[in-house]
Amino acid sequence: MKKFITKKSGLGLLAALLVIFPGLASAQELDTGDTAWMIMATVLVLMMTIPGLSLFYAGMVRSKNVLSVLMQCFAITGLMTVIWMLWGYSMAFDTTGMVAGVVNLNSIVGGLSNAFMSGITVDSMNGTIPESVFATFQMTFAIITPALIVGAFAERMKFSTMLVFMTLWVTICYVPMVHMVWAGEGGLLWDWGIIDFAGGTVVHINAGIAGLVAAIMLGKRKGYPKSAMPPHNLTYTIIGAALLWVGWFGFNAGSAVSAGTSAGMAMLVTQIATGTAALAWMGVEWITHGKPSVLGIASGAVAGLVAITPASGSVGPQGALYIGIAAGIGCFYAATKLKRAMGYDDTLDVFGVHAVGGIIGAVLTGIFTAEMFGGTGLENGISSQLWIQIKSVIFTIVYTGVLSAIILKVLNITMGLRVSEEDEQEGLDLSSHNESGYVL
Amino acid sequence: MKLVTAIIKPFKLNDVREALSEIGVQGITVTEVKGFGRQKGHTELYRGAEYTVDFLPKVKLEIAIADSLLDQTLEAISKSANTSKIGDGKIFVTELAQVIRIRTGETGEEAV
Repeated sequence: MKKFITKKSGLGLLAALLVIFPGLASAQELDTGDTAWMIMATVLVLMMTIPGLSLFYAGMVRSKNVLSVLMQCFAITGLMTVIWMLWGYSMAFDTTGMVAGVVNLNSIVGGLSNAFMSGITVDSMNGTIPESVFATFQMTFAIITPALIVGAFAERMKFSTMLVFMTLWVTICYVPMVHMVWAGEGGLLWDWGIIDFAGGTVVHINAGIAGLVAAIMLGKRKGYPKSAMPPHNLTYTIIGAALLWVGWFGFNAGSAVSAGTSAGMAMLVTQIATGTAALAWMGVEWITHGKPSVLGIASGAVAGLVAITPASGSVGPQGALYIGIAAGIGCFYAATKLKRAMGYDDTLDVFGVHAVGGIIGAVLTGIFTAEMFGGTGLENGISSQLWIQIKSVIFTIVYTGVLSAIILKVLNITMGLRVSEEDEQEGLDLSSHNESGYVL
Repeated sequence: MKLVTAIIKPFKLNDVREALSEIGVQGITVTEVKGFGRQKGHTELYRGAEYTVDFLPKVKLEIAIADSLLDQTLEAISKSANTSKIGDGKIFVTELAQVIRIRTGETGEEAV
């Protein structure tokens, strides 16, 4: 989250130390500027899910399933809030037992000493901001990550099973990834030296791989790919993409956990990568399919946002441009050609955009953080960091891939993953929620 | 009496209505319809998934007229709805056995 390579100035080292040792950090004085920005950033990230991502997805499904997607995202927002309060925050950020360089259980997951948010009082601090703000900020990340997966199994998953799946998934896959990457020294991937500023591995590869596994294990929608299943309202989709774009400044610039130079640069590179990726997707689509499309440019923007996420604390404007181009083109081929070639029905391309964009971003972070590309610099050079990034990506894919598959397998046996064929045909709005999106 | 049914391109509706008013047609019924003819459908492409849309939106006009107005009506529609491109639509003419104005009970050409 707040890990970035600082140049070896005294001030930089001090900042790094304060970030690494919460004990020291908690002695810091409250900074009203930092606090004001982090409250704003938290609101922005919540807006990414409701209504941003919800609308982005809702527009892409058929009209008979529009409410089901909005409902799933909204329910996840409530569910994750409660889980984060009960045990999520503690298991993610409890640093008890973490020792730098030592691999133990607490390298993977935190304890329950802060369960029920028992440690958070009005005076608790995290660095220069109140711990309450930090915990809420992180809560909004725990909301959007599972909500991203909704796109992969949209139009066919049973609502009750979805709630149980999300509860287990966030506990077993998301929370430990947060802990391993962001909780500080002694965290598995932190100690490897991963650079993942705002969640390339933790959020996007994690959700994208879970989405792919879910899409495969639930199976294709009835009629896919032979029947036409075009998006029912791309106006929603572009509004959603626009809200995601705006909200993402909270996500990336907020991950600096301060209102300073790092947040400023994160903002700039986020904008550059997103604009570039939107144009890249539009351009390659224009060339290969003959016309530039609304769905294409919106998807490209999201791909750019995803890819710049891990890099946003350490690359410069130049790196952002290259990452944007790579994400726009790479995700275009993943969502159009790769999906068709492989035959899985990832309804709204969670894998193609989030996993692929996340992988592109996480890997390229190892290159463009280098000073020669205008980044903050790599202590041990590109090849060393590149290997750490690749190793972390592979770890994330295997970790979340295997555990997501196990969770889904168990739920398939116990609860069933899909609605009945008849309910699917009727549409989830009516069959799962007794409502219609459009009464005209 | 004749019933003229015309299928036209939606954006030509206003032109056709004006042309018909000019020659003294008193009323028309308009329905939004879908169909295909030689124009066939079109394809849509979403993230590489191609869908063929077989039925295109058209507007259907129904016009009841006296026999004396038939030629003028057909000419008015033909001219005003013409774009010289495929998909301009068609006009069907059928015999009309009876017309009744509900309010007054008038019948035949008086009711048209």
